[in-house]
Amino acid sequence: MSTSRRRFLQLATTVAGASTLPTSVHAWESRAPDNPFACLVDLTRCIGCRKCEEACNRVNHLPGPTQSFDDLRVFEAERRPNTTAYTVVNRYTASALSAGRRPQATYVKIQCMHCQDPACASACPTGAMSKQANGAVTYDVDRCIGCRYCLIACPFQIPAYEYERALAPRVRKCTFCFERLDEGKLPACAAACPTDAIVFGRRRALLAEARRRIRERPARYVNHVYGEHEVGGTCWLYLSGAPFPQLAFPDLPLQATPGTTESIQHALFHNLWSPAALFALLAAVMAVTRRTGDERSDTEGSAP
Amino acid sequence: MTAEPRPVDRRFWTPGVWVLTALVSAAAVTLIIRFGFGLGTVTNLDNAHPWGIWIGVDVAAGVALAAGGFTTAFLGHILGRRHYQPVTRPALLTAALGYTMVAFAVFVDLGRSWAIWKFLVFQNHRSVLFEVGICVMTYLLVLWIELVPAVARRLGRRVRLLGWLDLGVRKTMGVFIILGVVLSCCHQSSLGSLMVIAPTKLHPLWYTPWLPLHFLLSAIAVGFPMVIVETGLATRSLRLDSEMPVLVPMSRLAAAALGVALAVRLGDFVARRSYLFIDGSGASISLLVELALGGVLPLILLVIPAVRRSRGGLFLAAALVVLGVLMNRVNVFAVALRPPFAEHAYVPAVGELIITAGSVAALLLLYRAAVTYLPILSARKLEEVH
Repeated sequence: MSTSRRRFLQLATTVAGASTLPTSVHAWESRAPDNPFACLVDLTRCIGCRKCEEACNRVNHLPGPTQSFDDLRVFEAERRPNTTAYTVVNRYTASALSAGRRPQATYVKIQCMHCQDPACASACPTGAMSKQANGAVTYDVDRCIGCRYCLIACPFQIPAYEYERALAPRVRKCTFCFERLDEGKLPACAAACPTDAIVFGRRRALLAEARRRIRERPARYVNHVYGEHEVGGTCWLYLSGAPFPQLAFPDLPLQATPGTTESIQHALFHNLWSPAALFALLAAVMAVTRRTGDERSDTEGSAP
Repeated sequence: MTAEPRPVDRRFWTPGVWVLTALVSAAAVTLIIRFGFGLGTVTNLDNAHPWGIWIGVDVAAGVALAAGGFTTAFLGHILGRRHYQPVTRPALLTAALGYTMVAFAVFVDLGRSWAIWKFLVFQNHRSVLFEVGICVMTYLLVLWIELVPAVARRLGRRVRLLGWLDLGVRKTMGVFIILGVVLSCCHQSSLGSLMVIAPTKLHPLWYTPWLPLHFLLSAIAVGFPMVIVETGLATRSLRLDSEMPVLVPMSRLAAAALGVALAVRLGDFVARRSYLFIDGSGASISLLVELALGGVLPLILLVIPAVRRSRGGLFLAAALVVLGVLMNRVNVFAVALRPPFAEHAYVPAVGELIITAGSVAALLLLYRAAVTYLPILSARKLEEVH
């Protein structure tokens, strides 16, 4: 018996030794693609025509809207993207923004921000959400198990779930017109915009363009490109004349959202060092207590 | 005291069992509606609140409250305190049934339950949920392996395969016991990491990057109290001897574990200045109930020797710890979630409540059936004591 115990102990220590102990805790590294496609939305140019919503509805073959796309009454209530609309435009009036100025409306188009380091992709246990090299955060329904952890993780509260479908519900969100980008076309909303409020291009070029507009017309814009640094950067960038918090843009930290959890997981489970070390420790304790403990017959004692 | 585990051999169909059966039946009907017409028809889940009480209670609290399995296995079989072994087997049974219910709740909550196998094929190793899932799945298997000897004692001669399995399991039981403790430590802590991915959505009263540590320590702290509560309920309901000689020394360990968990939690709470967010809101009240009623009060009770030695006092203190950890998990997963664009607060639908109640009822039914027919409990019947 004692030889087998010794062998058990030996095996346990070998397992612990073989697993690499973390010599240093590595800083978390971003996996953001370098200079991906992006869109710059200039809210001072948006006239609330909802052509972008209509184009999105058309190219994604979504069901017809309950209110027609030229019905201005939709602006009476604040809307969120949902399973039948991947993008929506909301209106915020000046009276709500600042007293004293001429009443003026700001229209805000919202959709998936296509984060550079998306929380949804880090959260998804099956990799159904992923960040593409071209910038798009895409959803692969064939991998989805329907856990909805992506909805929990998204700091912008964008993914929508088909709760009404019985057997094969899907997560729905803006695709950045991924297939159209591959064909060299613009995202449908950007192509449809009549006022060039949505400009499509490479992220670095668009950031330079945003900075140029702020520099040339400082009275027109607040000095902030939303999405440049929020949650580590997003591929949808916004310029605005009104402060962003007043337009329902969430006030977010500048660190990429998955950084904390991925650092914790990496520190604890890199090469499974901590489970292996714990296993070895417990095995050693068990070997000692079995030798010294008040023993009954081994078969009896080992069965819980 | 050192009596061998044996089937309890009491009447199975009591009025209480009929009530539990009715609850399970109601849940079964609700399940048909859920799978026939979708999550939307029986739940109040929406895009702002994608997780409700099925994740908060059935999964998160279920996993925490099944911690009696690995804590007693550690005490009785790794530290070799044979004195505690009479409660190890029932604790492992509760853990096995508890984790089976957790797996079932996940199955019901998943939008594409039939696609659950994809979890094993498309592995995202960066995902906390992947790690939790893989650990829980493996641990469930380990728990049922640990229970093979109990089942084999009864059915081993009739089912040949079970007999052989028993032989193999007995020789390697040490490995499974240790594996069970390791897997538990991994997923109990990682369950706390789950919500760390949503720092801006989690109420600052609960958000801290140390959530995994708090989850692990509170799981360890609730393990022994859960065993005390279970044993209290089972011995009373089945009219058995109280097992107090095992539970009283265990309660001192419970006090120590609770003290550590509470000290770390409050230390972090003060260091992060989370107390600044205590106001009159429902969330604050929920936190105070969790910490005061389910943490500080039972700790005070457990350090009083007279309380530890009294059957009722010990049960009350242990039940408060269980309540505290249950509330903590519900708080972290449901109450603390502050989505930026919620149209209304989340309140569980009747359908969600029915399925949760039915799951708990099913757990109790299976426990009663198991101790009635299998050698799980060691306590003597009351009529044998006198």
